[in-house]
Amino acid sequence: MGLRMNRTKGDEEEYWNSSKFKAFTFDDEDDELSQLKESKRAVNSLRDFVDDDDDDDLERVSWSGEPVGSISWSIKETAGNSGSSHEGREQLKSRNSFSSYAQLPKPTSTYSLSSFFRGRTRPGSFQSLSDALSDTPAKSYAPELGRPKGEYRDYSNDWSPSDTVRRLRKGKVCSLERFRSLQDKLQLLEEAVSMHDGNVITAVLIFLKRTLSKEILFRELEVRQVALRHLIHFLKEIGDQKLLLDLFRFLDRTEELALSHYREHLNIQDPDKRKEFLKTCIGLPFSAEDSAHIQDHYTLLERQIIIEANDRHLESAGQTEIFRKHPRKASILNMPLVTTLFYSCFYHYTEAEGTFSSPVNLKKTFKIPDKQYVLTALAARAKLRAWNDVDALFTTKNWLGYTKKRAPIGFHRVVEILHKNNAPVQTCRDLKDRQQLLAYRSKVDKGSAEEEKIDALLSSSQIRWKN
Amino acid sequence: MAFPHRPDAPELPDFSMLKRLARDQLIYLLEQLPGKKDLFIEADLMSPLDRIANVSILKIVLLGQTPHQEYAIHCHFMHVRWCLRKRESMEEGDQRWINTVAQALHLLSTLYGPFPNCYGIGRCAKMAYELWRNLEEEEDGETKGRRPEIGHIFLLDRDVDFVTALCSQVVYEGLVDDTFRIKCGSVDFGPEVTSCDKSLKVLLNAEDKVFNEIRNEHFSNVFGFLSQKARNLQAQYDRRRGMDIKQMKNFVSQELKGLKQEHRLLSLHIGACESIMKKKTKQDFQELIKTEHALLEGFNIRESTSYIEEHIDRQVSPIESLRLMCLLSITENGLIPKDYRSLKTQYLQSYGPEHLLTFSNLRRAGLLTEQAPGDTLTAVESKVSKLVTDKAAGKITDAFSSLAKRSNFRAISKKLNLIPRVDGEYDLKVPRDMAYVFSGAYVPLSCRIIEQVLERRSWQGLDEVVRLLNCSDFAFTDMTKEDKASSESLRLILVVFLGGCTFSEISALRFLGREKGYRFIFLTTAVTNSARLMEAMSEVKA
Repeated sequence: MGLRMNRTKGDEEEYWNSSKFKAFTFDDEDDELSQLKESKRAVNSLRDFVDDDDDDDLERVSWSGEPVGSISWSIKETAGNSGSSHEGREQLKSRNSFSSYAQLPKPTSTYSLSSFFRGRTRPGSFQSLSDALSDTPAKSYAPELGRPKGEYRDYSNDWSPSDTVRRLRKGKVCSLERFRSLQDKLQLLEEAVSMHDGNVITAVLIFLKRTLSKEILFRELEVRQVALRHLIHFLKEIGDQKLLLDLFRFLDRTEELALSHYREHLNIQDPDKRKEFLKTCIGLPFSAEDSAHIQDHYTLLERQIIIEANDRHLESAGQTEIFRKHPRKASILNMPLVTTLFYSCFYHYTEAEGTFSSPVNLKKTFKIPDKQYVLTALAARAKLRAWNDVDALFTTKNWLGYTKKRAPIGFHRVVEILHKNNAPVQTCRDLKDRQQLLAYRSKVDKGSAEEEKIDALLSSSQIRWKN
Repeated sequence: MAFPHRPDAPELPDFSMLKRLARDQLIYLLEQLPGKKDLFIEADLMSPLDRIANVSILKIVLLGQTPHQEYAIHCHFMHVRWCLRKRESMEEGDQRWINTVAQALHLLSTLYGPFPNCYGIGRCAKMAYELWRNLEEEEDGETKGRRPEIGHIFLLDRDVDFVTALCSQVVYEGLVDDTFRIKCGSVDFGPEVTSCDKSLKVLLNAEDKVFNEIRNEHFSNVFGFLSQKARNLQAQYDRRRGMDIKQMKNFVSQELKGLKQEHRLLSLHIGACESIMKKKTKQDFQELIKTEHALLEGFNIRESTSYIEEHIDRQVSPIESLRLMCLLSITENGLIPKDYRSLKTQYLQSYGPEHLLTFSNLRRAGLLTEQAPGDTLTAVESKVSKLVTDKAAGKITDAFSSLAKRSNFRAISKKLNLIPRVDGEYDLKVPRDMAYVFSGAYVPLSCRIIEQVLERRSWQGLDEVVRLLNCSDFAFTDMTKEDKASSESLRLILVVFLGGCTFSEISALRFLGREKGYRFIFLTTAVTNSARLMEAMSEVKA
């Protein structure tokens, strides 16, 4: 046990460079990718010789991408024609003559329809009409839907709970009303549970829900875990929120009660109403940590409503430069905190701590960790090409957390962000990181002014590179 | 380079019968109701419906659908994959599809004979099995005397192995599913793949000759294959140059059609590969895979945790971040409380406070949990090691009671050798074991279990693994008489995944089949992948 914990540094290098990871390299110089590109060129060049128009065998596809002959295609095709075609009507007429179960259409396939449904696997065996009608124990694959009158012949008022449950499982007609006493009902439930079929269990529960008082139902289910789980699942599905909450209250499952109540906020679209609702969630029996999250959710939405109102006003007034240059594409309402922070760093970066929309205020209110803050601020300022701000972020002591010697995930990302925003080269120079500068150099255009600048720096004797 | 079938691979039973049966059932169903009908087809059902009956068969029928009447339409595919209603997650307490699976097994055993050997593991597997046995008893006599065509059946719950479902896939079909979403065997390729301005819905099955050769391959082999094929195609076309009229006529009538078809498929798959590559490069796939492998191996956990933290901070993708956290949680027996609190807070800050509900769902499902104090990995490991050396029954029970509700992945992984020890490079061109589906880093747990049980024809020697999986009650073997079964049928194995199956597992088992001379048939409630698994748990649809 625990052998793996003892790898040495050397092993680490070996590990990271091992074949498993080489198998998935995506460098542009990679042979395989250029191979692929070459094949694509080859294949495309063949288009001249390939005439697609007169080929019948290829799967025909309509303009919408549906295969011709498929249902979706035909629906689109016939959407225009409101009346059915003459042919269609004829077909319907002939179908209508088979209006009852008594007459099954004569099959033309090798396997007769009825014999197939009777479970005969020998081809070509036909059933007599009486066989087709009788409700004997012969097996049937036909889904039990339309209720042919013949079915009711064996209807009885005398089935035991286990028989009833078995009939339910097969989808047969079954009235549960005769199970009047509590004991009968519970026995029915027990049979359903032992059968494992969730549909039957749910069907019985629906019956019990209708015919038992809430208190009795809850009391009985408290000690029947499987049935209880099914009821909870069912109530969630049909959205019977009231009964669900009552159930949780009864079971003293306070945390689930709180969560179920909180879940309702997703159905409230109006921001002010949602905010009011969230207020009612504070103080519910969540865990300590979750209580803090709920509080934060409320505070966040409260802030966003204020910021949104204010910014919409500023934008329409047309006097603020940042909004003129970069008009807002979406509202900040109901966005996550990090997105809100990005927005704030974008539009309200220089604001003092006192305002609701300043990034520093957000950081303080929601206790945003330094690392997250710097990363988000960096992305926002880089997008605006505010390089002075970027520099300032780099030189704060918070940045030290990023400079790791091996597999510098953090710094690698920084270069990525900067590159995405075409950052000037100074940033790398300031950090004295020659390796990164070299990496960056490979990405700039050949012969560009940037490249010249980089080369000048690299050959400068004044800079003491750290690597 | 593609794995050809072994010449002695057993023949599959005639599954086209299932397709005809489904179609006939559907027609029968629709004809039960008299009069003119309109067909309202829920969007999600279009694909499965297309697979069994297209418009020329259905014509126009009218069907009234009341809200609570749901006609579950079962679709039988080539490898018997079932497409049930959407949202077939293993949601806690939802046993509604157990009956459907039991019915399916009943149908199969009626059509193809009884199964001489049955194995299973998992709570739902056990329930489905018991329900199936009940069905067989009630309608007995049908299968007796029939020759078995399928020799073994293996039922497996998804939650026996969540790890595999959470890993990024790197076999071609799995990658296509992860990238484009395969639905009922077909996929929508957008303009970036089709190289023209329209989208195309493509059926991905063995009839697509190009796809069939690359579907189970590790992605790194796919380029080589496609470029070779493109070269061949070029060479074929070039033959035109030296032809006279007669030869040209012959060429056009005999060969051109096939070449055109191949050209079309080739260009589609090359387009798909390009698209996949682009997406993966953007996502920094290499880094991601490194982290996943580290988690699977139990190496450098702090660094992996930092990676996940940064992934969340950068708001890369809510589903991906969640997936990585779950992988960390399952492989490490839960997150340490400090990490759980901090990652959860960061996730809510990055992706939205309403995900509080998502975390609650994941905790209940056992996918993302917190270690209880005093239950760190070393504590559990030492308990397990005690178990291995000390056979005294009392001590075993003690150790195990504390293992309740824990994933114990590391212990299981060690017992079953899920992490291959590699001397030198793992050759992906000529894979030597099932780990190739994850680039040599990890053998899927579910597939390893199946392999071992089939080898032993029982659970003998696997008791500890079974207990570590917390399924001790539900591992069963039921060997009825095999004398009626041919040796050929004994090499056919039906694997039933309850709760979803991934393409990676299908590829891995196909590999196993080629190695051992088996042939696997797959039956599942749904084909799944990490994204679908996470989405089912996510309260807020992203």
